[in-house]
Parts: sequence; structure tokens; C-alpha cells
Amino acid sequence: MQTRPPVTDWATDFDHFDPQWTANPYPIWADLRQRCPVATSQRFEDGGYLPTRYDDVREIAYDAEHFSSRRVIVREHKLPLGASTAPPITSDPPEHTAARKVLLPAFAPKEIARLEDKTRAVCRSLLDAMGDRAEVDGAVDYAQHIPVRVIAHMLGVPEEDGDLFRSWIQRVLVDGVRNPQIVPPTVAEMTAYFDQRIDERSAQPGEDLVSFLLAARVDGAPLSREHVLGSLRLILIAGIDTTWSGIGASLWHLATHPQDRARLVAAPGLMQTAIEEFLRAYSPVTMAREVVKERDVGGCPFKPGGQILLSFPAANRDPAVFEAPDEFRIDREVNPHAAFGLGRHRCIGSNLARMEMTIAIQEWLARFPDFTETPGRTTTWSEGTVRGPRRMPITILRRA
Amino acid sequence: MTEARQLRVAIAADRCQGHNRCCLVAPELFEADDEGNARVRGDGSVPAGLEAKAKRAVANCPEHAVRLTGA
Repeated sequence: MQTRPPVTDWATDFDHFDPQWTANPYPIWADLRQRCPVATSQRFEDGGYLPTRYDDVREIAYDAEHFSSRRVIVREHKLPLGASTAPPITSDPPEHTAARKVLLPAFAPKEIARLEDKTRAVCRSLLDAMGDRAEVDGAVDYAQHIPVRVIAHMLGVPEEDGDLFRSWIQRVLVDGVRNPQIVPPTVAEMTAYFDQRIDERSAQPGEDLVSFLLAARVDGAPLSREHVLGSLRLILIAGIDTTWSGIGASLWHLATHPQDRARLVAAPGLMQTAIEEFLRAYSPVTMAREVVKERDVGGCPFKPGGQILLSFPAANRDPAVFEAPDEFRIDREVNPHAAFGLGRHRCIGSNLARMEMTIAIQEWLARFPDFTETPGRTTTWSEGTVRGPRRMPITILRRA
Repeated sequence: MTEARQLRVAIAADRCQGHNRCCLVAPELFEADDEGNARVRGDGSVPAGLEAKAKRAVANCPEHAVRLTGA
């Protein structure tokens, strides 16, 4: 790993790849929220901005006129526009509206409910594969596989392709932020993969998402091949490490908080508020916007070209909106969290993510009602734009 | 003597983004349409006993799209 100059002042030199941020970003945001509340950084081309208050994040998310989605990852060096379009996440109105509308039905709650049995079977087979080991890795042996297998199922491709999917994500979202030259060949690889799938499904349509996109019509016309490819890249990239991080962080919380663990096992009816609280307290996903027209938000001028790290995780720890935000309350009743974003770009996979998290935790607890983070071993967290455990040594204390 | 006014929920369709929180908190009062956006069941009247759930649906909507009237 290359070394980066350490951050000297988080308010003027923030870096979401700094080891301090990766280890524990919450105190950094709490400090910035009080004294800035918008941090800046020259580490990112044309300047980076980091709003930390819920209201400021909302303002930016709602304002596509000044803050474009055409670049959704903050990078040291911007990629040329069009290098990795993935409609609708990289679209602004008016194109965004139709591109999103076409995808929505495939991710509506009743469609996602049809995937519950498959998800449960995936979780059980992963738990079966752990055998009677006393020590497992909650991320490597469990969380990371669940969304990959569910997405593979949705796309109608072999589960074994999951390793390929994870390597693409690592290169686009993590390695590529610092080494932009690896992004275009990765995108080309994904395009080649999905090009083949499109040819297959054009010849023989199935019940999968590729066929769904090929059959979709906007104003009577099919989507262009480029659009279908972009949306498939989006579904793949956005649907995997995000949910894997959500499942992993939830398990990590339970592994390190025996009272919450016992409470959830004793009262499964708490699952709904627990899942929303996992989503709030450990929101995995940070997005980005590019300033296209100057505007002040939170008393800070945002200059055209600047890249905004749109931290929904920071918004979700804002005491102006959430009582005792740094406390995890398994039965939190008022929790309008922004883990899935705010405004027109609300995560289209939110119902899928929530379903996968719920079933993953239910099945884990049904098999392992008591477990703990392995003493003396540390959990490691991903870097950058999606936050979740990547290695999480867990000792099983009791089996059902 | 005044009768308590009828509580009613409504969804501001221009604000709803399909977070689905109201449908999860109060499935008796809300449902998702084919695109995943929320709509009220029936005419939105809140039956006795569901007042607290209606208020929770309002409080948990991140887009401020759920309205409660008659309170």
C-alpha cells in the first residue's frame, strides 16, 4: 500500500483514505460538525468538500442544479466524463427520471420478497459450510458472499462469477481512486462480460435482470445497448460491497455488544428497529456530487468543479436530528436515517439490501445465538467510499 | 361535546422517494405501489389503536413525505 501524507487538519485537509478515518471516522465528523461544518481538501482534483450536518447533506442531495451526479466517486484525479456512466446513478434530471423509472419495478418490495427464499438458502449454505469450527470470519466466510450470490441469481449468471465481481469492485471503488489508470480496463472487462450476457439473453430471454432491461421500453423505445450496459454495471457495483458491508457491520456490532445480542435473540420482534439502527449507526455508503454551479451551503461556498464527499454516514450521526447519535439504540423509534440517500437518487436497491440484512442476521442468530469478536484479533475495515468489515474474526460461544 | 377529529394519513407523492419506511412501520396504513413508492391504504383514515404507528410513520420518513391530519 502506498503511503499518504498524514492529515494535519481535518477541516482543511480531509482524507477518507487516512488510517484514522478508516479505523474510526465518527469522532472526526463530530468534531467537524461543531467547528466547520463543511471540511475541504486539496487532495482531490479541483478541491474536495465534506459536509457533516444532516441538513447540509440534504440540501446538496436535493439540488441537482448546482450539484451534479455525473461523478459519484471522489477521486484524486477525475475520470473523463463518460468513462463509467451508469444510469441512473450518474444521471441528472431530466434524463435521470426515465432511466430510474424503468428500473424501479424490478426493485419494488413485492419483487424483492420473491428473493427471500433464495437469500435464506444462500445464508444457510454458508453457515453449513462453517461446519463445527469454533472460529470463523464473519466477513470472509459469510457477509461478503451473500449479496454476490443474490445478485448473480438476479442476473441469471453462475455464482462462481462472484470472485470476478468482487475483484472489479475492488479495482473501481478502492484501488482506482488512487490509481485511476486501472479503472478504464476494469470497466472494459465488465462491459465485455455483460456484452456476452446481453447477446445470450437477446437470443433466449429469461426471468433475469438482463432480460428485464432488454425488454424495458421508454416512450415505446428500447434502451440503447450502452444504457443497458451502464445499468448492469451499476447494479453489480452498487449492490455488492454495500450490502456486504451492511451485513458485516451489523454482525460486528452484535459480536461486540453482548447486551444487544442477547436482546435481539430474546426478542426477535426488535429486528425491524435493529436493522434501521444498524443502517443509521453504521451506514456503509458515502456518495459524491460535482459542483456545477457555485452555491453556498452551511455557510460554505462550493466552487464549480469541486468534488463533494456526500457523507450520509456523517448525516446519520448528527445530534440535530438523532437523539444521542453515537449511542446504538436497538429499539430507536424515531430514525429517519439517510443510509439509502435522500432525494431522487434514493438507493434503488434499498429494499433488497434491507431484506438481505434482515435474513442474514436472522439466520446467523438462529445458528449462532452467542458469539464474540475473537479476543486479541482485530477486525479490519474497508477504506474509502464504502465502509464495512473486511476481516472479522468471530468466536462462536454457543450453537443452536 | 366535541367528537375527536378523524385522523388521516397522506403521502405527498412529489416528496416520496420509495424508502418504504412507512410501509414497514405501519403496514396497516401504507403499501408500496409497483414502482416501490408509498400510497395510503383506503382513504387514509387511521383506525383507533393505530395512532401511534401513524405518528411513527411520519417521524421515520426521511423525505418528510408522510402527513398526518386531524391530530
